[in-house]
Amino acid sequence: MSRGLKTTILVLAALVVVGLITLPGLRRAIQRISKTPQTEQQARREVMQVPISTPTDVKVQAQMFWLSKSSSSSLEPATVEIPLSADPAERAKQLLIALILMPPAPERRTLPADATLLAFYIQPDGTGIADFSDEVQTGTPSGILSEQLAVDSIVQTLGANMSGIERLKILIHGQDAETLAGHLDLSGLFPVPSLAAAPAPAAPAPAAAKTSAAPAPAPATPGAGQNKPAEPAPASSEPVKP
Amino acid sequence: MVLSFARLVRISLEGQGLRVILTRQANEDPSFDDRSKVANGQRGVIFITLHVSSTGQPGTVRVYSEPAALAQSATAAAPRTSLVSWDRAQIGSLDLSRRLAELIQIQMAQRFRGSPETPLLAPVRQLRTIAAPAVAIEVSSVSLPDRRLLDQMAPAIADAVARAVAAFRLIYESGGK
Repeated sequence: MSRGLKTTILVLAALVVVGLITLPGLRRAIQRISKTPQTEQQARREVMQVPISTPTDVKVQAQMFWLSKSSSSSLEPATVEIPLSADPAERAKQLLIALILMPPAPERRTLPADATLLAFYIQPDGTGIADFSDEVQTGTPSGILSEQLAVDSIVQTLGANMSGIERLKILIHGQDAETLAGHLDLSGLFPVPSLAAAPAPAAPAPAAAKTSAAPAPAPATPGAGQNKPAEPAPASSEPVKP
Repeated sequence: MVLSFARLVRISLEGQGLRVILTRQANEDPSFDDRSKVANGQRGVIFITLHVSSTGQPGTVRVYSEPAALAQSATAAAPRTSLVSWDRAQIGSLDLSRRLAELIQIQMAQRFRGSPETPLLAPVRQLRTIAAPAVAIEVSSVSLPDRRLLDQMAPAIADAVARAVAAFRLIYESGGK
């Protein structure tokens, strides 16, 4: 056997050994990639949907509205300790992101876990504009009740923790949407209850973020007026046409 | 499921001597406006939209009508005209819609324990463009493990709607008085 042939065989053998060593790792990597196809929006969410931090953040006991522990047909306030900004638009973003990310239990969730708040604006006339990702439409259980509870949880959480937003417009991916998930009309503006009407004010708190049930939560009907006799209710999410 | 409910409701209403038009006959998916066109092209019509939800206490039925807030703000913003805006066609029928919803909800509460005794207000998209008394009926829920439980609700739902509509007809034909 010539020296050149021996060298070639040795090199090939070395390559085979290296291949055998790296093959399991490659297989695992391929499996991981095939299991988690990452859309552009998912990649965006990973970057965006983290709690927002601003220089004026102060930890407060924020009152959040998720589904009731005892009934999936109504909302119930829960207190969550989160940092909230002094800037109204940033504060609203922080609240809505917490509403998505921090339900006390999965079954109390009102908004889909993979939904993203893309933007929040406040106009000078007190109109808030919340722009959600498509997952708010695709992930919300279809039905008048569930869609109404989703909107109510948003407006009641905003109303309980901040002033200056009187009504809310919901956009989906920057666009007007006909419905939330096939039933609830999103063409109008949803009234946001004022702080005075909210169950309790947000109070400063020094501790780290944690979730706990509100001390004495009076079960809130959807929209504080949604699942009640048919009477106009200022704190409900009945829409107002712009 | 919804279509089978609708067919039973149709039979019950026709038993009251009423003419019933279904806005869909099979698995087609007409738009909100397509359905509204069918309803708004009739005279002396009422509109009922049926839904089976994926949430809510199983075995209950909720009845919705359009909230009055829609009318108040729209009236303030709209220019004076005798024409009815398609997008706000429900405005002129809000009171009658609410009365129809009350009558149906009472019947449902009598048949399905846990259902509210009074109707609810919700901005249901389909109702907004109906220029006549219009309500949405939502049955809970498709999450029932046994579909037969939902099927068993259908005859009572149909009967409840027929009785309520018969009572409403007297109000409607007397001009809402």
